Amino acid sequence: MIFHAEPIEFARQPGSGAPVWSGRAADGEDLLRFAISVHRHQGRLAALWGSDDRPSHGVYRLHCVFALDEGWLQLGLDLAASGDQCPVYPDLSGIFPAANRMQRATRDLVGITTDGSDHRPWLRHGAWPADWYPLRHDAVHQAGMGAGFENLPSDYDFVQVGGEGAHEIPVGPIHAGIIEPGHFRFSVIGERVLRLEQRLGYLHKGVEKLFVGADVPQGARLVGRVSGDSTCAYAWAYAEAVEAACRIEAPPRALMLRALMLERERVANHLGDLGAIGNDAAFAFGLTQFMRLKEAWLRLNHQVFGHRFMMDRIMPGGVAMDIEAAALAAIVEQCGVIGSEVKRLRTLYDAHAGLQDRFATTGAIDATLAQELSLTGLAARCTGILLDGRAHRQGYTPPAPYAKLGVRPVTDERGDVAARVAVRFDEIFESLRLLREMAVGMPSGDTRFEIAPIGGASGLGVIEGWRGEVLVGVQFGEDGKLARVHPHDPSWQIWPALEHAVMKDIVPDFPLINKSFNLSYSGADL
Amino acid sequence: MIPLLRHIFRTGILTEPTPLPEGGPQREIDRLHDEILHILGRALTIREVDAGSCNGCELEIQALNNPYYNLEGRGIKFVASPRHADMLLVTGPVTKNMENALRIAYDCTPDPKLVVAVGDCGCNGGVFGESYASCGGVENVVGVDLRIPGCPPTPLALMQGILAAVRSRE
Repeated sequence: MIFHAEPIEFARQPGSGAPVWSGRAADGEDLLRFAISVHRHQGRLAALWGSDDRPSHGVYRLHCVFALDEGWLQLGLDLAASGDQCPVYPDLSGIFPAANRMQRATRDLVGITTDGSDHRPWLRHGAWPADWYPLRHDAVHQAGMGAGFENLPSDYDFVQVGGEGAHEIPVGPIHAGIIEPGHFRFSVIGERVLRLEQRLGYLHKGVEKLFVGADVPQGARLVGRVSGDSTCAYAWAYAEAVEAACRIEAPPRALMLRALMLERERVANHLGDLGAIGNDAAFAFGLTQFMRLKEAWLRLNHQVFGHRFMMDRIMPGGVAMDIEAAALAAIVEQCGVIGSEVKRLRTLYDAHAGLQDRFATTGAIDATLAQELSLTGLAARCTGILLDGRAHRQGYTPPAPYAKLGVRPVTDERGDVAARVAVRFDEIFESLRLLREMAVGMPSGDTRFEIAPIGGASGLGVIEGWRGEVLVGVQFGEDGKLARVHPHDPSWQIWPALEHAVMKDIVPDFPLINKSFNLSYSGADL
Repeated sequence: MIPLLRHIFRTGILTEPTPLPEGGPQREIDRLHDEILHILGRALTIREVDAGSCNGCELEIQALNNPYYNLEGRGIKFVASPRHADMLLVTGPVTKNMENALRIAYDCTPDPKLVVAVGDCGCNGGVFGESYASCGGVENVVGVDLRIPGCPPTPLALMQGILAAVRSRE
């Protein structure tokens, strides 16, 4: 199959998962032309990573995933190894600005680089030398305290803002709350934010290196801990990729149970966020109320699935546990209780003038920017872009079991904090409706099939998590062990949008705006 | 305002009794709780540091302040600065990129201080272990008084751990 009349032949990935095609670009020119064509057709850059395929194919490889209306296109580009030099591919950040950080991370980890101008490191702070690349197969990986490098303090080349009265506020990496670490550099005049620049990578813990040589169950345990708040989304995306590579499909009951867990994960996070957003607008009542609903929700998770966040329950081949009729009944009952509580709280939120004053027009981004930055998920839907991997749209059929469930995606054109609150409320109601339908229509039968890895095979899984699309690319080595796994968090694309969202506002609005996105640090730092 | 107050009244008090430490009787924990507050001047302040976690532990630590566990209602409070803290609650593994920040936070915490390592990763590196990017457990970077295992530890386990850490210093 070809797309947009470009001379690249794509093959459809087998299986019942998300519609994925894969192809190979002949050279850098080919890749660049295709990227321009995708951009012209309103497509997005979904992910970008590299791999050292010298042991199997004698080359380095760049992997780009583009998102079109029909689905996801994984495009590979072989880069010849040339001594100590970093192989070079064309810079895509001029076409898709989202490529910038992913390209820099790829250079830090694999040692393939672009012909562009921004060569600042991203994940490498000072813990390993600039000419050492952890994901190269010959990178010595000593046991004990790291690879034997000195952890040197590093300087980062922030963009400077000048002029009379302009000054900087550095924040982090440790933030004033029970949240993840990262550094924000504000350039301000008085209270007004002129510019925000993020520096992330503090949570880089070498996840991708740990996948190398692991077996399928070890990989599942690891992928469930890339971002703890999205463990089900990651585990499912990984399972989908492994199943596509191994040419098997999970049984229908397992697929429905996965969707059940994914929706419960979505509701749990939305409940927590609605409370925390209220709290950041000084409405402590909201935090207390939503946190109690979330606690009740997590306790039922523990009762039914044996884990409050349902970690390690989704496995390649199916799911690791089964669920009884009584548990399904409890889920249906809880959906009713939580639904009416949330409805009452929504009335209180909507009627609270002080709260609405903080929410409306704060931290706004529009659909043009969202499109330009390849935004996905909740952040994109809050600018009016109808993009939900679970829902039907022109030319796109969602994967099982969502195809039959008929998800009604939620959008809001305002693009501000108020929109991100409203969409979360509506998505909770939609997920509660889906949960009831799933519980009633739960298919019977097996919950898990055996997995037999096929040497050299590869696959890509895409799941619509609560933040947006989570992608996991999997490559098997000839020995049936994992050779390369790349988990991709939607936060990669959405973090830069936050830099734009705060520009019209004042410093005290930042915590509120940040919380209204609630992006993952760990998921994007890997 | 009236609907808001009505909602609060209708919700009632959800706070549960202080959990039992493993094996100990309820009376003992109540006595202990009183003692902690006596020793520490009627309050314990905690600075939480995420030194590399996947965010799972943070979700459970946040839950400690929900009405069911109501940690702040018992006089135990999370603070924004390590300079105001009696205890550092550190999740791991400690990444190389957070190693320095954790050391600074530790140095800023006034003596006598308690350090509690949270989660399997905070205890020993967990699935991430030690590598080019990870220092492993919290104790590889700063001294640790108590470890709370779990992936992630439940809020109940966190409460038991925090109380036990305070007792260890007695």
